[in-house]
Amino acid sequence: MPVDSFKFLPRLITAFYQSIAREPELPIPWTPVTRPQTETIFGLITSAGLYHAPSQPPFDLEREKAEPTWGDPGFRAIPTDTPLAEIAAAHLHINPTDLLTDINIQLPLTRFQELAEEGVIGGLAPTAYSFMGYQGFPPNAAAWQNEIGPQIAGLLKAEAVTAVLLTPA
Amino acid sequence: MPVLARTLEAHGLATVLVTNMPFWAEKIGVPRTLAVEFPFGHMLGQPGEAAMQRRVILQALDVLRTAEQPGTVVHSDEVWPVPAVEAMKAWQPGEPSPVIAVLGPQLREMLRGRR
Repeated sequence: MPVDSFKFLPRLITAFYQSIAREPELPIPWTPVTRPQTETIFGLITSAGLYHAPSQPPFDLEREKAEPTWGDPGFRAIPTDTPLAEIAAAHLHINPTDLLTDINIQLPLTRFQELAEEGVIGGLAPTAYSFMGYQGFPPNAAAWQNEIGPQIAGLLKAEAVTAVLLTPA
Repeated sequence: MPVLARTLEAHGLATVLVTNMPFWAEKIGVPRTLAVEFPFGHMLGQPGEAAMQRRVILQALDVLRTAEQPGTVVHSDEVWPVPAVEAMKAWQPGEPSPVIAVLGPQLREMLRGRR
């Protein structure tokens, strides 16, 4: 059975999304996978609004509250050996209770460490990246596309990453 | 995230996106997608359910390894074990996000006008 994108979405938002006409810009970019998985270093990126509470500020939710059509476009670099209890979430569009119980449901640090130890993958990069997924209304991903995306690509490559798992919230 | 996936891919990184909204993955044109029928904020499964999280991750790695062309969407058959009505309530914030609080009524009007 195909996944129903609207199963867990309130009816109002479903109706709004379904009213939007959009076609992908072609060609869709593509980097082939050439290296065996057992030799691949993986990068992890989520947009669950995670940050390292002892050393980083949360995403700017105060500005979003004052300016509801704006969303913080910044990111946080989180060392992948960070104890999960030190990771917090700043995101006004989801209930973070389950996430704070187990960060792995959005940023699978423990799972990828296990896969690396078992030799299923070549390794996990030393740094993971977190964004806060709400990018304003109407959504404006220009900063991600033109500045931050290329910057993150450079940071990942500097840690020998060739493949990335992305988990929007 | 769909835009970020495209950008990374354009800069020489292979990506796989795990999302509960293949609707957007298709509309924006994500290179490789694993679609999961899970509530928002839970893309890899339930908290504390390591085996479920691992199954989803291994499915995503399969998509990464086997997808042959850009725009591939694979639908996971993992089932969310909580009834939909309950799960829909559970993932949402205690109070509506600022944009929904402000624009919700306008959106309702706009959609009513289209009917």
